[in-house]
Amino acid sequence: MTTVATSFIHNLNFLHVLYIVAFALFIYGMTGLTGPRTAVRGNRIAAVGMAIAIVATLLLPGEREWLLIVIGIVIGTLVGVPAARKVRMTAMPQMVALFNGVGGGAVFLIAWAEFRRTGGYAHLATYVVVFSLFAAIVGSISFWGSNIAFGKLQELIPGRPITLGKSQQLVNLLLLAGAVLLAGLVAGGSHSEAEFIGMLVLAAILGNAVVLPIGGADMPVVISMLNAFTGLSAAATGVALNNPALIVAGMIVGASGTILTNLMAVAMNRSIPAIVAGGFGGTGVVEGASGAGAYATTVRSVSAADVAIQLAYARLVIVVPGYGMAVAQAQHAVAELAKALQKRGVEVRYAVHPVAGRMPGHMNVLLAEADVPYDQLKDMDDINPEFSRADVALVIGANDVTNPAAKTNPASPIYGMPILDVENAHQVVVIKRSMNPGFAGIENELYFRPNTAMLFGDAKGAVSDITGELSDI
Amino acid sequence: MLITNLTILVLAGFVGYAVISKIPNTLHTPLMSGTNAIHGIVLLGGLIVIALSGNGVFNKVLLVIAIAFGTINIVGGFLVTDRMLEMFKRKPQRPKDGEEE
Repeated sequence: MTTVATSFIHNLNFLHVLYIVAFALFIYGMTGLTGPRTAVRGNRIAAVGMAIAIVATLLLPGEREWLLIVIGIVIGTLVGVPAARKVRMTAMPQMVALFNGVGGGAVFLIAWAEFRRTGGYAHLATYVVVFSLFAAIVGSISFWGSNIAFGKLQELIPGRPITLGKSQQLVNLLLLAGAVLLAGLVAGGSHSEAEFIGMLVLAAILGNAVVLPIGGADMPVVISMLNAFTGLSAAATGVALNNPALIVAGMIVGASGTILTNLMAVAMNRSIPAIVAGGFGGTGVVEGASGAGAYATTVRSVSAADVAIQLAYARLVIVVPGYGMAVAQAQHAVAELAKALQKRGVEVRYAVHPVAGRMPGHMNVLLAEADVPYDQLKDMDDINPEFSRADVALVIGANDVTNPAAKTNPASPIYGMPILDVENAHQVVVIKRSMNPGFAGIENELYFRPNTAMLFGDAKGAVSDITGELSDI
Repeated sequence: MLITNLTILVLAGFVGYAVISKIPNTLHTPLMSGTNAIHGIVLLGGLIVIALSGNGVFNKVLLVIAIAFGTINIVGGFLVTDRMLEMFKRKPQRPKDGEEE
């Protein structure tokens, strides 16, 4: 009787049913992410789907390398669990970049192993070869590109654009053409491993060449794009290996990455090719704190005590967080200030621009970490009409996303980018370290407006000072 | 086989697009780490290829690394997403005393 049971377990149709259950759970789990209350459950449902997919694969007839599988899984667990437990919320962009890269790495390694195992794709259907090669190229681009993105975010490599200038696009195009040409030779039946490795290397250089020229503020676009790449390469692996679970999961990730890439590009009013082609105005950024002196005559500088008084007697305060808040780890200080204000009956809202920070949703995660209730976090479209009834808009480490030049000055590089209508608030208080222009290297008109006051200092220190002053009022 | 796979690919792309479009901006970081976990499914690719014949020592090394990478994605991705989403779920509700949810 046991033979009946085992043959049933190893029956391919049964295993396919398990795959169907698995990807149904992925999709169902993702629908949970539409709201914060169902999201935790959704994520766990997707994890159950993953467990089922893994079990189904291990039951495939012919699996025998148990020791190697255990070694791989143990190593992965030993690396992944502590990383996930310890990573700070401010470091989430790095973490996601690294995870994108690791996925892309797995994809190109699998394609390489498949190439070697079959004697250079001998006796395989053409479509299998084509999808495997596609996966290898895109996986390699994603692996190297993501590692560079990680290095930039972790500040192991300079965050400013590193570029070849005008020839960059041509070089990228040649690298891509070279990789595709070698892939064509391999697909044509050359069985040459040198050509396969050459293709991987060109794709690797391309991955570096695409991400190195990208500046910090464009990171949300790049991370999303690499996320899409890894997903699509996983889906291609699924086609090559005839595995429906891989195809569906890969396409979900590909769709997600594509949607996010688009959202980010739209929120910056820039085309994806323009961003990939290299950062704008990156070389024009003035370094050093000397800027503060040059404009001191036209901007109004205030003390923490002044700001505390303004906030204490406000009805509605809108906090506008930016990357500066993340850098200064100021999210807890900001939440403290908000709590102190709410105790006094002041209404507090947070205005989150889609590209604030270094990845989609970055600010929201930081504020959630600091226990800010979800319903106080507002999207740009929801909060913009509210600024006109706000007594104070408190800008903490955000710059370009508040620049009115995006609406008024057609000559500005950020003209047309949707921004937060901060200048409509009765009073604007900007917490900033100095008068340095932001990433785009553009002066922010907001700072010179009569209703704007500047509080110079580190975001965390300045916010804590305000909270301190508030308790004395 | 190719046509079946392409059918699945295209349909999954549209389903993915429809589902992900509904996810609010606020949850986009957990969405990204969640999709990190899901593309860890490449682990299956490693498990499948390592079971096939013709793998030499070097291939086995490549595949063990791929399996480790996939596991990092799955384990790390789901855990970190869970951690993040728990932060969104918990509601302190201190500011408005007495009013629950």
